[in-house]
Amino acid sequence: MAIDRSIIGSRSPEHSVDVERGRLRFFARATGQSDPVYTDPEAAKAAGHRDLPVPPTFLFCLDMDNPDRGRFLADLGVDIRTILHGGQAFEYHAQAYAGDRLTFSTVVEDVYAKRGGALEFIVRATHVTRDGEPVATLTGTVVVRDPKAA
Amino acid sequence: MQPGDTLILAAPKITRSTLALYAGASGDHNPVHIDLDACRAVGIPDVFAHGMLSMAYLGRLLTDRFPQERIRSFEVRFSAITPVNSTPTCTGTVTRVQDGLAHLDLTVTLPDGTVTLTGSAAVTIER
Repeated sequence: MAIDRSIIGSRSPEHSVDVERGRLRFFARATGQSDPVYTDPEAAKAAGHRDLPVPPTFLFCLDMDNPDRGRFLADLGVDIRTILHGGQAFEYHAQAYAGDRLTFSTVVEDVYAKRGGALEFIVRATHVTRDGEPVATLTGTVVVRDPKAA
Repeated sequence: MQPGDTLILAAPKITRSTLALYAGASGDHNPVHIDLDACRAVGIPDVFAHGMLSMAYLGRLLTDRFPQERIRSFEVRFSAITPVNSTPTCTGTVTRVQDGLAHLDLTVTLPDGTVTLTGSAAVTIER
């Protein structure tokens, strides 16, 4: 299934997420993080943070709260069981913390195919801001496998 | 911090429980990571780990060594699937130190030698 290259440059509606301590603690547990800086606000403050820091990859997870995230692939006719994560990049501008309200804005940067269309790649960039100031830029590549070409 | 310095993190065995927990904590509920029936229905023999779980272990490798706010950039390519019940090892190697930044090459490997992630990070160094 050829993904229409005309989606390059298209933007998903912005969404905002309140970063909660409880979710950060759950993520610490799920990733084997035992450093109390990531679970105990007092330990975080002792280390110079104003609250629990958002760990390096958790911005990606917060973007999962995007109500349009599933719709993007569904609208393209992509079954999420046929996708793989090809790559992920983070560029950090400011540290995010529990208590922050972060805004995520995503644009499609590129669409291309390999192996005669058996693999299609969608590259999207997500700009994360707090009160209009840049926090991070995420660039993710999704690989769509054509089940018929397997 | 000089070229050749190496960081290692032995990740825990990634069980089905690990994947269920990570699915909940990360918000990534793709059934390929948690639902064997959904996998088999599309010809995938078993569930496999979220790539971002391995990247989170690499994040721990970095934050165990550096205050997080010094990480300027962090990126990976996912080169192979991580089967359930794998035990990955994360490695970071400083490749160069230049203009106040340490550059690291990152890899995640399985005990059989399969490289599942390759990547890099740039970290501000103490002056």
